[in-house]
Amino acid sequence: MTSISPPRPLLLAAVLALAFFPLAAPTFYLQLGAKIMILAIFALSLDLLVGHTGMISFGHAAYFGVAAYALALISPQYEAANLWLTLPAAIGVATLAALLVGFFVVRTGGVYFIMVTLAFAQMLYAVFHDTKIAGGSDGIYIYVRPKLTIAGWQPLDLENPAQFYYLALIFLVAVYVFLSRVLEAPFGRALAGIRLNERRMRSIGYPVFAYKLGAFTLAGALAGLAGYLAACQFGFVNPDILAWQQSGIVLMMVILGGMGRLHGAVLGAFFYVLLQEALSAQALLGAYAKHWQLALGGLIVLIVLVLPHGIGGVLEAALRRRSYRRMSRSGEIA
Amino acid sequence: MFYLIQLLNAVQYGLLLFLLSSGLTLIFGIMGVINLAHGSFYMIGAYLAYWLARLTGNFWLAIPLAIAIAFAIGLALETALIRRLYRRDHLYQVLLTFGLILVFEELRSIFFGDEVHGVATPAALDFSIPLTDTLSYPVYRLFVTAVCVAVAALLYWVIYRTRLGMMIRAGNSNREMAASLGINVPLLFTGVFAAGMALAALAGAVAAPISSVFPGMGNQILIVCFVVVVIGGIGSIHGALLASLAIGFADTLGKVIAAEYSAIAVYLVMALILLWRPQGIGNQA
Repeated sequence: MTSISPPRPLLLAAVLALAFFPLAAPTFYLQLGAKIMILAIFALSLDLLVGHTGMISFGHAAYFGVAAYALALISPQYEAANLWLTLPAAIGVATLAALLVGFFVVRTGGVYFIMVTLAFAQMLYAVFHDTKIAGGSDGIYIYVRPKLTIAGWQPLDLENPAQFYYLALIFLVAVYVFLSRVLEAPFGRALAGIRLNERRMRSIGYPVFAYKLGAFTLAGALAGLAGYLAACQFGFVNPDILAWQQSGIVLMMVILGGMGRLHGAVLGAFFYVLLQEALSAQALLGAYAKHWQLALGGLIVLIVLVLPHGIGGVLEAALRRRSYRRMSRSGEIA
Repeated sequence: MFYLIQLLNAVQYGLLLFLLSSGLTLIFGIMGVINLAHGSFYMIGAYLAYWLARLTGNFWLAIPLAIAIAFAIGLALETALIRRLYRRDHLYQVLLTFGLILVFEELRSIFFGDEVHGVATPAALDFSIPLTDTLSYPVYRLFVTAVCVAVAALLYWVIYRTRLGMMIRAGNSNREMAASLGINVPLLFTGVFAAGMALAALAGAVAAPISSVFPGMGNQILIVCFVVVVIGGIGSIHGALLASLAIGFADTLGKVIAAEYSAIAVYLVMALILLWRPQGIGNQA
């Protein structure tokens, strides 16, 4: 799977467009935008496993969910938690969960890996759903959003939708840049080697188990970051946040955008959420909007059959055709 | 006596899981397809039994009809969609069948609504055997156990004692070799897939009077079946049987000791077995 990364000016333009969006958008779209960017971070973290290491995790929502629960459980009830304390704590919990689960699941491969990641995620679901530690199936509320202060100064107020939007944007850009660096680094090249041929990497002498466990843990940590932000935004956490449907949906985003491309994961999150909004819009579909999952399921089937490389793949094919035409016009290709 | 009842419940639940996971493990083993929609067929079977029993007024007629309909849906699904996935990555199989789950779940919601529906236990079996003054055991549960044992025996006979079973086992161990020996592999695949769906629907139909029919019932049991297949080893029928019974006992025992944690007990069993034998108990390393 050779993928071309989008040209740098295009990425910069996309970031600028996102940065200026709040100037023109009403609050509803700001919240939608923040939600999309949070899910884009989640999808990016899964793409590290699925697209770049060849590990198809079907339980990735577990790490998203435990971080969200961690924030809900450590927040004081009626006052704002400190972001500098709760964010590392929530990411820490997600990292630890991924490390522990990874220790068991990384030794399996193929179909086993899919089922075992799913089963462990369901185990966590059962913990939060069946026991009373966090409100059981009713869930738990976060009444006040965490506070971000630097020596008494508050650069971003998370209660303000536009400022929360910027927080999500900052984290999205940071995670994107971080992951593109990781993938260029020796660690990322080793993961690519494992995806292409695990046995060969092992026989060259790479500690494949450690690399895969490292990737699994890192992906869990980043999913935890997304989960923390999601809990901040919605102010409510229930077991559905780590149910397997959630894991299926984020996998869907990665495929929809085109796996193995970081921009694909972001595109996938955008298209998925917009699709869901359109399908569940009563104004558009009336009474059928209630059954939007029917259309969504049908679309998933269709995408698997006709668009295996996702929207990212379609865009790349278009770009390639264009550059081919340009080259043939200027006589570089006979 | 209390423990006898729990023992019977564990066996009954374990065997029901076996009906489901045997189809799942065979479809993995033979066709290399991971089918998330397997649980949907459990749900389809249960809802068909509910609907047909009310329509015909006869539960005994509803069960074979439900199985036949599920078999037909399985045939259609395999030829229209699943067939295109054999040579594709597991990732796409997961996604396509995940899409199918959403479709089946919403169709269920459109046709039957989102309420829990009870299914009447057939009159002939609607009584209990008294064990002590206060404890008794419902005969219908014994009937479910008997059906499961009969189907398991039939399955064993077909797979290990007939020519068809020989072909299935050949396809399971080496697809290309089986094809080159003149076995019509595509036809065999279609048949195995539809048969697996029929088994899942049978499990749902006979379980319906015990569990009633409710939204999401297929997903709940699908995950447990995955655990069974992981423990038993992919493609291994006797592994699936042992694992089903083990999970039946772990779940029942968990419910007796600490009801809140019984679901977790099942996954802990899986984690331990994975450490001990990552390839499952039914497969050689």
